[in-house]
Amino acid sequence: MSKETLFKQGAIWAFIVVELIFFSVAGSYLSVSDSAFMDFDNMLLLLKQSAPIGIIALGMTIIMINGNIDLSVGATYALAAIVLLDSMTWPFMQAMGDWAIPLAWFFALLTGTVLGAINGLIVWKTGVDAFIVTLGSMLGYRGLVFMYNGEQPTSHLNWTLVDFAEAQFLGLHTATWFLLVAALILWLVMTKTVHGRNAYAIGNNREAAVNAGIRVGPHFLWNFMLIGFLAALSAVVFYSESGSVNPNDGMLYELWAITAVVLGGTKLSGGYGSIISTLGGVIAIQLLRKGLGHIGADTETVNLVIGLILIAVLFLDRQLNRTGKEELKI
Amino acid sequence: MTDHTPVLRLEDIVKTFPGVRALDGVSFNVLPGEVHALMGENGAGKSTLMKVLGGILQPNEGRIFIEEEPTVMTTPVQAKAKGVVFIHQELSLADELTVAENIFLGELPLKSFGRVDWGTLYDDTNAILKQLNVGFDAKTRVGDLSIANQQMVEIARALTVDPKAVIFDEPTASLTDAEKVVLFDVISGLQSKGVGIIYISHRMEEIFKITDRISVLRDGQYRGTLNTRETNEEEVTHLMIGRKLDLSRNESHHELGDVALEVRGLSCGKLFQDVSFNVRRGEVLGFYGLVGAGRTEIAETLFGLRDPSAGQILLNGQEVRIKSPIEAIGHGISLVPEDRKGQGLVLGMNCRDNMTLPQVDDLTAGPFVSDGAEIAIFDQYRDKLDIRTPGWRQTVGNLSGGNQQKIVIGKWLSMRPEVLIVDEPTRGIDVGSKSEIHNLIRDLAAQGFAVIVISSEMPEVLHVSDRIVAMYSGRVMREFTSDEVTEDSLIQAISGITGDKVA
Amino acid sequence: MAELTKRGIGEVLAKQGILIAFVVFMIVFALANQRFIAIDNISGVIRSSAILGVMALGVTFVVIGGNLDLSVGSMMSFSTIVVLDLHDKIGPTLAIPAMFGLTMALGAFIGFLVGYLKLNSLIVTLGMLSAIHGLTLTWSGGQNMDIADKAGTWFSVFGQGRVAGVPVPILIFAGLAIVLSLVLSKTPFGRKVYAVGGNGKAATFSGIPRARIVFMTYLISSFCVACAGLLQASRSLGSQNTVGQGMELEVLAAVILGGASLLGGSGTIFKTVIGVLILGFIQNGLLLMGLAFYVQYVVTWLIIILAVWLDIAAKRGRFWSQIA
Repeated sequence: MSKETLFKQGAIWAFIVVELIFFSVAGSYLSVSDSAFMDFDNMLLLLKQSAPIGIIALGMTIIMINGNIDLSVGATYALAAIVLLDSMTWPFMQAMGDWAIPLAWFFALLTGTVLGAINGLIVWKTGVDAFIVTLGSMLGYRGLVFMYNGEQPTSHLNWTLVDFAEAQFLGLHTATWFLLVAALILWLVMTKTVHGRNAYAIGNNREAAVNAGIRVGPHFLWNFMLIGFLAALSAVVFYSESGSVNPNDGMLYELWAITAVVLGGTKLSGGYGSIISTLGGVIAIQLLRKGLGHIGADTETVNLVIGLILIAVLFLDRQLNRTGKEELKI
Repeated sequence: MTDHTPVLRLEDIVKTFPGVRALDGVSFNVLPGEVHALMGENGAGKSTLMKVLGGILQPNEGRIFIEEEPTVMTTPVQAKAKGVVFIHQELSLADELTVAENIFLGELPLKSFGRVDWGTLYDDTNAILKQLNVGFDAKTRVGDLSIANQQMVEIARALTVDPKAVIFDEPTASLTDAEKVVLFDVISGLQSKGVGIIYISHRMEEIFKITDRISVLRDGQYRGTLNTRETNEEEVTHLMIGRKLDLSRNESHHELGDVALEVRGLSCGKLFQDVSFNVRRGEVLGFYGLVGAGRTEIAETLFGLRDPSAGQILLNGQEVRIKSPIEAIGHGISLVPEDRKGQGLVLGMNCRDNMTLPQVDDLTAGPFVSDGAEIAIFDQYRDKLDIRTPGWRQTVGNLSGGNQQKIVIGKWLSMRPEVLIVDEPTRGIDVGSKSEIHNLIRDLAAQGFAVIVISSEMPEVLHVSDRIVAMYSGRVMREFTSDEVTEDSLIQAISGITGDKVA
Repeated sequence: MAELTKRGIGEVLAKQGILIAFVVFMIVFALANQRFIAIDNISGVIRSSAILGVMALGVTFVVIGGNLDLSVGSMMSFSTIVVLDLHDKIGPTLAIPAMFGLTMALGAFIGFLVGYLKLNSLIVTLGMLSAIHGLTLTWSGGQNMDIADKAGTWFSVFGQGRVAGVPVPILIFAGLAIVLSLVLSKTPFGRKVYAVGGNGKAATFSGIPRARIVFMTYLISSFCVACAGLLQASRSLGSQNTVGQGMELEVLAAVILGGASLLGGSGTIFKTVIGVLILGFIQNGLLLMGLAFYVQYVVTWLIIILAVWLDIAAKRGRFWSQIA
């Protein structure tokens, strides 16, 4: 690994360390609570809270490495959640007892995958830009969410499920495990498999990839199915515990996920990015949220700070990539 | 050259695009172990033909035979599988990926679960790289390589299969002399294995050095094949352009006026250093040199698009600082840029709006743009430059290259500039329009404009210039008047050879 | 010849498709329900579309200039909250200009980042979406904002008043649409916006100050957002601090529906207005048919995809994409 890549991939982790130090130090003066910020349980909780956006952001990384974007993940997330909770109330499912749980999960994940496949197919077959396609389906899927149960929340608490979701294995919460395992698998996919390498090639130089015989359409389809699946997985993880979904849930998740991915250094134009760095981006955002709360800042400041950091990152990235004073002033 | 069956034979290939017959019954063949040059002017149909051969485009009519087997190739992959490999002129590499991944793009070796077999990949790649004798290995990121080395990666792609025919499209455009030697070794290596090579280049000296036969295209039509040993540049040129190459120098000199623009010791970092020259009213100053010699960068600096690191620019004897194109235009400097479609025109806009773009602020009636004033300007320059368009509402993207270029020139003439810089005025323009534009440039000088023409085509520079500045690697090598210049001295100057020593 | 006719039809469809769709759509709904074309219904639809519409006018400038603006929803919340808060503190006469000033300062900041610093507009406005949301929450302390004396203020005139029987929001929407349409299609500035969006490099090479033009498009966008905030605040005289949430994408949907390309350089104010009205009338038509408001989301989705698809298909001369 060259120095440059080390620097690029290390930046987000360095930022996390800075955050940790800052909030620990500032917290010891300003903190409203007695516990230290770097408290172990606090950190575990942080990982757990990172999971819903985190799992989506992992998928978004791959979509963005492809040079696409998916704005519909928030709505997919909500619809998968509704299917998860509602399916458990179906008569035949209730008759199955706790065996209904894996089936409900399956239905939810299937929903997400199908919604992703719809996006993917449209992108492939119509040639319309993914931004527009998913902008449309963001509205459309949200409409489906409302059509399912009107403006009423959909609720179903299954205590077995709640126990499972709240369980801790080796100290880590279930949600954290899902996040980490998903990250590991996707990291392997992106670095070790042909599909992953092709994803980089397509985002980097699509024409070259096409000329080399990589079938871009099906490739996009797979990745949109993947992000749909992950959005549903994220819903499964979160709503297994909470047991109630509002039709507006998941709104703006797409924007949070994109923020995390960009903080992790993935290029908007595609071709460059890493799953691990996105994980860093997700954790950095969650740290910021918790940290600001810890030092007594209003929770609303978080939005302000994250927004400005996002812009600052963009600015720094551009400054670092300048070719110097000779460049064309275009 | 052997007498085997041809590895590749084309029969009456026709390819049409809406409104254009890009290839019109082209037939020729490539024998095993021969290097077959394909020549023709820009727009003659070479790249279309190569795309047909490479499986990127499908011909409308005609047949392709590989070793006398009729073949249909619908994708580049299929073409490659059949042994026809196309090495692109524009690099088609993914620069974030490694050399190995690029060479085996689309055909990475597989292990279980769709994993990449890195061991095999790197071994195979290194074996190929060894043949090419390059100084980088399989794991290097392509973005970290020099352009020349990236070209080598592109060439390495051809060696992943047992090719029957390899198409090189201007492979030496960005190579240094040392790198060219390696390339020619690779080509003769392929040759000795019985591979047929199609070699596209504009550089006559290369063609005569390495090829066996030369086929010529003109306006999409096959014009004949010559044996390299039995022909000469003149004959080839004659076939290419349908008449003798006009290397005549500009004879007509106008009354020269005062010095309009003078540049003293201008430098811009590594792009060009210590450049000095001047141009008078009524004079055409030619800038000749290879691509990358720094000519375009000088123009961009004069036009305020780059900040010089040293030196002075004087207009009418007054030193000026030009920080933006707006200031340059204010000082009466205009630039017809090199990349017509990328920099010169807004292709989606109509002809009139493109032409009046720089002065739209001044063409107002009240707060609004005055239709009448705009159309008046357009009509005036349409007539003056003989721009052929159905009307001003026509989208510029639909015009021919020559007419597009005239729109750009008209855009700047209507600003009544003191100094007009024209960068590659006839790139990608057909022969007829070319001489029109050359005459236009001469006329402009006659009307008292100071004109700077940057060109990579020697006939063009010789034809239009009163004086010629030869550049090499960011420096001015020599300045010639049109009376003293000879082709040889010019070529030496732009190759970095000064009178007594080799630079 | 047949080919020529076919291409001709394709071109007409590509250029006027959205207008044709609009007319067909109106006729179908009118046949389905007489109420649909009643004057008061139409006026009601336009009135309720006005806020989205005014924002879409500004975003049209940004999009034609080759950029995106995802911050308008969050910025609209900001201006609504600010003007409501200041109304009680410094009175409406001062509150309105103060709100315009603050909102346009945000627009100027975005314009500076995207225009002069040349940062990617998607990310900048995404960041600003979040940042302005934070600003709004901080301003309001997380509370809803209400005007104390709702009955006694003339401030309600913008959202609720009528002039010669025409609701003021419609007048403002129509007035802005006409002015901005003239600016975009008739002035040198408008020409430059098209040039910068169509080919930024060529614009620079023609001596057009690209950075300043991009800056101005964001300033115009923020001005429109301030107008929208004024309408919103004046209509309800009280507001949640998330009132504009999600509108950025609806606005963009309307602009795209109107046929503006996200690549920049194409689109018109008139088409954007049509896009806005289509969205408004879909919602209304479906409601009149007894369907819930959210059905329009699904219909909007299908219409956006179809509109853009047909547009692209007409340009490339074939229906299905060539993606392998």
